[in-house]
Order: sequence, then C-alpha cells, then structure tokens
Amino acid sequence: MILNDDSVTLIKERVGLYPRHKSAILPALTIAYHQVGHLNDDVYKEISKIIKVPYVEIAEAATFYTMFPKESVGKYLVQVCHNISCALLGADSLVEYLEQKLDIKKGETTKDNLFTLVTVECLGSCATAPMMQINQDYHENLTCEKVDRILEELRAKG
Amino acid sequence: MFYSPVITNAAEVAQSEKLHLFRYVEDPEQVKIGTYETHGGYKAWKKALTSMKPGEVIDEVKKSGLRGRGGAGFPAGMKWSFIPKDSPKPRYLICNADESEPGTCKDRVLMERDPHAVIEGMAIAAFAIGCHLMFVYIRGEFNHSIDRMQAAVKEAYEKGHLGKNVYGSGYDLNMVVHSGGGAYICGEETALLNSLEGERGMSRIRPPFPAIEGLYACPTIINNVETLASVPHVINHGADWYKTLGTEKSPGSKIFSLSGHVKRPGNYEVELGFNLKKLIYDPAYGGGILGDKKVKGVIPGGSSTPFLTADMIDVNLDYESLTEAGSMLGSGAVIVFHEDTCIVWVILKLIHFYRHESCGKCTPCREGTGWLEQIIRRIEQGKGIPGDIEMIEDVCGNILGRTICPLGDAAVMPIQSSIKHWRDEWQYHIDNKKCLVNTGFEFK
Repeated sequence: MILNDDSVTLIKERVGLYPRHKSAILPALTIAYHQVGHLNDDVYKEISKIIKVPYVEIAEAATFYTMFPKESVGKYLVQVCHNISCALLGADSLVEYLEQKLDIKKGETTKDNLFTLVTVECLGSCATAPMMQINQDYHENLTCEKVDRILEELRAKG
Repeated sequence: MFYSPVITNAAEVAQSEKLHLFRYVEDPEQVKIGTYETHGGYKAWKKALTSMKPGEVIDEVKKSGLRGRGGAGFPAGMKWSFIPKDSPKPRYLICNADESEPGTCKDRVLMERDPHAVIEGMAIAAFAIGCHLMFVYIRGEFNHSIDRMQAAVKEAYEKGHLGKNVYGSGYDLNMVVHSGGGAYICGEETALLNSLEGERGMSRIRPPFPAIEGLYACPTIINNVETLASVPHVINHGADWYKTLGTEKSPGSKIFSLSGHVKRPGNYEVELGFNLKKLIYDPAYGGGILGDKKVKGVIPGGSSTPFLTADMIDVNLDYESLTEAGSMLGSGAVIVFHEDTCIVWVILKLIHFYRHESCGKCTPCREGTGWLEQIIRRIEQGKGIPGDIEMIEDVCGNILGRTICPLGDAAVMPIQSSIKHWRDEWQYHIDNKKCLVNTGFEFK
C-alpha cells in the first residue's frame, strides 16, 4: 500500500459527503498527492478500491489536472507563477535566480532530491507578486533576500 | 496560521457607512464564528430563514440589482429565479471559488479572512432556491482557503447555522468544501459541474442551462464567492439601501484586485463607478506607477478583457462604462503596465496561459491557441515574418464565437485589442526583429 491509514481514513470521510462516489475523485487525488508528492497508476488503483469507482475513471480525471505531478518530484516542489502580473514584477528573472541558486534548470530536480523547480499558471496571488508555491505553502512579495532565506530554511530542515 | 500579506483598504471600509465586504478583513479574529456573530454575522441568514419566503429572498436580491462578480455580471436574483419551481429533483447551490483568471485575487482574501460571510451568503442563496446540500468548489492550490472554509463550516454546524432543522425552522442545510485540481477552465460553470462530478473539467453544451440540468442533472445555481458574500448585506439592509451604492445599472460595491506596475498593488473595495485613474494613482489605492513612469496600458477586468490605452483610463469602473469603452468589468482584476513593456511580450504571456488552460474539447480553441502561441512566440523571438499579424487576426477570427465555452473568446479578445491599439508596435517587432521598448523586469 502506498496510501497510509490517515489518507485512507480522510478519503473514506470524503466519499460519505457526496451523493455520488465519483465526486470524491478530486478530493481523494488531492489527499493522495499531499501524502505521496505525486500521482501514478498504483495510486489510482488504491483510490479506486477505496472509493469504489473504476480505476480508468480515476486515471481519466487525474490526467486532466496538471496540479498533480505524475512523476516523482523532489521533497520540495518549487512552483513559480510566470503569468502576467508576476511577470511584470520579474517572475522570469526569479526563475533564473532560482535556477542559479539551485543549480538546476526549470523542470529539473536537484541531485539531493530536495528541490524540483517548475513554472505554473496564475495562482491567484497577483497583488502580492512575484510569488511561488512550495508544496502546500504560498510565498508572496518575493525578493532575492526572501528567496535565499526560504531555501536556507528548507535545506536546514532537509 | 497563514495570513496573506495582500494590502486591502479595510481601514477605509470600516470608516464608510456603505462599503461592507472588507469591513473586518484586517481583523485576525474575524475568521472565528464568535467574532463574526459579534459583528452582526448570521443575522441575515436567520432573518431570511425565519421571516422570509424563498420567493421574497429572490425578489429582494433581484431588486438590489446585484450582478455576478465572477466575470459575466449576470444579475444574481434573476439567475436564481430560473430554477424550475415544480421540479421534483434536489436542487444544488455551488459557490464558484475556482479563482484563476490572471490578475484576480479577491475571492481568496474573502475565504481566508471572512469565511463565514461566504457561508452565510451561500446559505441564503440555498434557501432561496430550495437547496439542502451546497458546495464550495475551491481551486486545489488554495490550501489555506480550503482549511479556513473547512474550519468555518465546522463552527457553523456546531453553532446550528448549518445542519438539521436550522434555527428550528424545519429546514435542513448541509455544506461540503470541495477542492478542485487547479484548472482555470473549471471556473467556467459547466466545466465546474463536470469536475465536481469527478470528470475531466470540460465544458458542456448549453442548453440545458445549469438552472435546469446542472450537478447530477439536477437544477443548480453557481455563483461567485464575492457575489454570495454580498448577499447577507442585501438581506440585512434591503435592496433600496444596496442600490444607494454604485450606479443605476451597476449597483453595489466591488473588490478590485490591482496588480502590475503600481506602487501599492492590493485588493480594494470601492463603489461601482469608481474612477480607474483614481484607483491607479490615488495614494490610498495604487499610489501611481513604479518609477513614476507613464502608463502604457491597463487590462481592466482580468486577462480576458480588452486593453485600455493610457488615454482611456479616465473611465468609471462599472459594467456599462467599461462596455462603452470597448472592454469589460470582468472579475475586477486591474492589471497595469508601464511604457517600458513590449506589447508582444504581454500577449505571449497571456496566450501561453490560454493554450495551457484550454480543455481541448473544441477544435478552434485547442488548435487555435497553440497556433497563436507559436506565431506570437516567433515574433517575440525576432523571427516574425511578413503576414504574421494578418495570420494572427485570421486565427483569432476563427476562434471567436466558435467554441462551447468562453475560454476561446477570452484568449482572443486581448490579442485583437492589442493589435487594434498597438498595430505599429507589432509591425515594428516583425520588421526589426526586436522589441520597440526594452522589456526586462528584474527581480530584486
């Protein structure tokens, strides 16, 4: 089993909230993603058994939503918004700065498997641009200094 | 707990007798139900449920002229009245919190800082349409909004504002906080319905409209977060009071998300009809342009709305004035860019977004946004060829009005408007293989 007891319990709770089981697919995928860090066929199969919806329907939905990485990523998934409001305040050069600090290119993972760097579409943080999301957390009004501090803290945590 | 650092004009709103949405959003205690109740919270829900008939609630909201704050501006009360009165099927209310139109960051603030206001507005709307199970569909990345809403829903159940036999009225009302998958398209109401049913978020052909056949093929109303958060104020103070705010055709107040090259980006609640130039330059709001540069253009209502040029910004922010100016109020996301911004670069950012977010159901949008990105990217990279502008116009013309949902139109309208306003600059970019202005926004 990939999903732990907590995740299974959470998913089962969700199923009971909806008139139809299928509606629990997205919440279940989200719970799995938060635990595992990415989604794959094995996860879909486990969810399928828990919420009693055919595997293919889980996979069909999951592959539509780009929020869920479908391959293994680093412990910290660094997602930089590169849409217009953030770009006007230097999001492109923020990506370059992160590439330099992490010594990887966009789309890559550091050798210690700690950080994966990606760009994402608008995260609704336009008046606090530029911004990035690392795992579940938003980091807004970014400056070089702030980015340095955030990366240091995460490296120290390991 | 997490608190978004976004600037608001809560202090001004607290002084005002009329503005209401942002009155308590700088009070960290407002998220707690006790504080919300002390501030008059859940009075409107109790009033509606215990002293009004559903039809009276609909009439009051209709009379208030409250229009949808998500983008389309459709009158909320009228939408509710489309629910068939004789249908034996369950009815559903969905709060659309899939906020993802570039530039828009207002619903998130309401959910994070005043979640009970959203629940109260939803409850009133649910009662008006005879719904006993309501959903808030929150985009998946908004983890903090989801947590806040879940905590608030739990409190509302504990205090008897939700659940069985609310206020002893015999009316049952349950609520589910649903997390989405971060797809822009799911803010479109029929795609949202598919997504909530566990399908891929692809739009549906209308008719049937959701009010007739929506979630699980049952009558369904979908309203934006800000629209619903406005409802308790309409019920508390009445439609006549609400209409004293704003303009005749655009009553009420609205939150504008101001972003881009302004000194004080933030979320500002103002009356509809507020002057855009004032919003950008007044020290109480935007405070002017970074580096005191000149404005080049403004996107007034989210990335899907046509541009305003510098000489057009002395305009009032209401549905009718912006339509007259050739644009739209949209979601109220005002994106400002200054003179050192290449228009081709701006458009490349936008079309990349729409290409990524196109659900792929309709050929014109799926293929067209891809072609547009390729052509625009080559122009931006200095590889444009004569005829590219005409080709862009041709592709745009073949997307506009030819798709099931408005995403295709949304992708096209800013492009067409940019060519209309800055055609010379597009041509310069192709002829000289470089930007007319030196665009390079440094992150510091």
